[in-house]
Amino acid sequence: MAIGVKVMKRPGTKVSYVRATLQGMALTLQHLFRPKVTMQYPEEKSSQDWTLSPRWRGTHRMLTDEQGRAKCVACGLCPQICPANCIKLVPGEDEAGNRYPLIYEIDEFRCVFCGYCQEVCPEEAIHVGVHYENSEFSRDRFVYDLERLCAQTHPVSTLWDPSDPKGE
Amino acid sequence: MSVFLVASAIKIIVVFTVIMVGVALLTLAERRVCAWMQDRLGPNRVGPQGLLQPAADGLKNLVKEETLPAQADRVLFMLAPTMSFVPALLTFAVIPFATPLPTRWGDVEMIVANLPVGFLYILAFGSLGVYGIVLAGWSSNNKYSLLGGLRATAQMISYEIAMGMSTVAVLLIAGNVTLTDVIAKQSQSLFTWNVFPLSLAYFIFLVAAFAETNRLPFDLPEAEGELIAGYHTEYSAMKFSMFYIAEYSNMVTASALMTTLFFGGWDIPFTTWDNTPPWTTLKTLATLAMFSTKVIFFLFLYIWVRWTLPRFRYDQLMALGWKVMLPLALTYVTVIATAIWFLHDGLGWTYDTRFALALFALNLVLAVPLFFVLDRGRIVAGSVAEA
Repeated sequence: MAIGVKVMKRPGTKVSYVRATLQGMALTLQHLFRPKVTMQYPEEKSSQDWTLSPRWRGTHRMLTDEQGRAKCVACGLCPQICPANCIKLVPGEDEAGNRYPLIYEIDEFRCVFCGYCQEVCPEEAIHVGVHYENSEFSRDRFVYDLERLCAQTHPVSTLWDPSDPKGE
Repeated sequence: MSVFLVASAIKIIVVFTVIMVGVALLTLAERRVCAWMQDRLGPNRVGPQGLLQPAADGLKNLVKEETLPAQADRVLFMLAPTMSFVPALLTFAVIPFATPLPTRWGDVEMIVANLPVGFLYILAFGSLGVYGIVLAGWSSNNKYSLLGGLRATAQMISYEIAMGMSTVAVLLIAGNVTLTDVIAKQSQSLFTWNVFPLSLAYFIFLVAAFAETNRLPFDLPEAEGELIAGYHTEYSAMKFSMFYIAEYSNMVTASALMTTLFFGGWDIPFTTWDNTPPWTTLKTLATLAMFSTKVIFFLFLYIWVRWTLPRFRYDQLMALGWKVMLPLALTYVTVIATAIWFLHDGLGWTYDTRFALALFALNLVLAVPLFFVLDRGRIVAGSVAEA
């Protein structure tokens, strides 16, 4: 044995190569006929064992009121709390003195999907959504403007509730 | 004469096509069986059940960029893939795959070339396959490739001997090196299949065949953990593909050899209908189906073993080859030759089911101590510290 080769002390009596080999072969053969766990993604999006959690934090969605206007009052809390600095908000005010967002944009590429915007929102306007399929053909399509955020239809995240940590 | 030429040409084209298509499907089968054994589905997107996956892979490899290392030996680098792939195909030429087909111009033998020295031809060309691998490893001018090539040489040489020895027993029974005669001797009944009278020879042959085709648990030439990809590290595109084709053609040939030498070739068990003239087209088709079934079973065995067993360490491989397989094969040939001489000359038996069963009993008696020793792992372990 060459110098420096680590020699393992192996059991000389208990090992069984032939039986171990046959056992292994039997095991792989059994697996051949077992039901497969693969979920065929584009066709199947959830299975019995796996569904998207209701607390999933994905692409944003702005909720709207009965008149179809964004619930946002442009208070400025979400751009303030956003750790990734991905929310751009320019507030405006109408004749009756109601504040509303002139510009409200979220850069989904910068977003870290922490969900703070949803937590901090006093009007329950901006939400992170239970949604993950965001492919686009160009990068600038990932900056979602207000119109686009309002048009999203996927369910919104329930986030983590400290009083109900397991979500029951 | 012209009938022979035309028939041979047709047979060459058909056999070549069937093997190539088979190899393509085998790459798919490997991936799918592997996936199933791991509770996955495997590639099933291209075509029904993924059947067109090999075509997609082939197309991809055709249009990929070919790379050529700056310091590589250009000629050998180009030649190596072909050299590993041609012998695998050539070997198949002497394997009989069905009973003769009656045609208007006489019976056409279902074998590409019915060589009188068929068996020696197989040994010769089987050993030639290693050149492709060694040259690929050497010409790449890459240390990992070279190590892979060296390992392939060492491995092939070690197991070639055991393989040759194990098949000597087959020749002792057949009394001839023509493969059609080997099959004819085996087709008397189910128990005259060489796997029964020569079980241990089959065991040795099986292990050696895995080593010869560089399949797991003997795929040290391309052990990705240590050697990146071994001898084909520097290859890309179609040249890389050629090595794969070579590996799978080798598997097909080795499976066909196992079938021919130990499992009665195209013989259908429990009946003698298939191996007595007059030859009919139905018999040809039935025996061809039987041959394919057997070959496909062994191909499955290859895949099955690959996805079950871990790779041997290099010293274990050598220890198994030289300290177990070679002495075992030598002893076995001596024992079986004595037994055959005793049964044939001593008792005056001719080769039939009784003869085969007597040898089978001898094999069982020999197998018990052999597997007992192997099972204790004292020989295969190889690295047990000597205190």
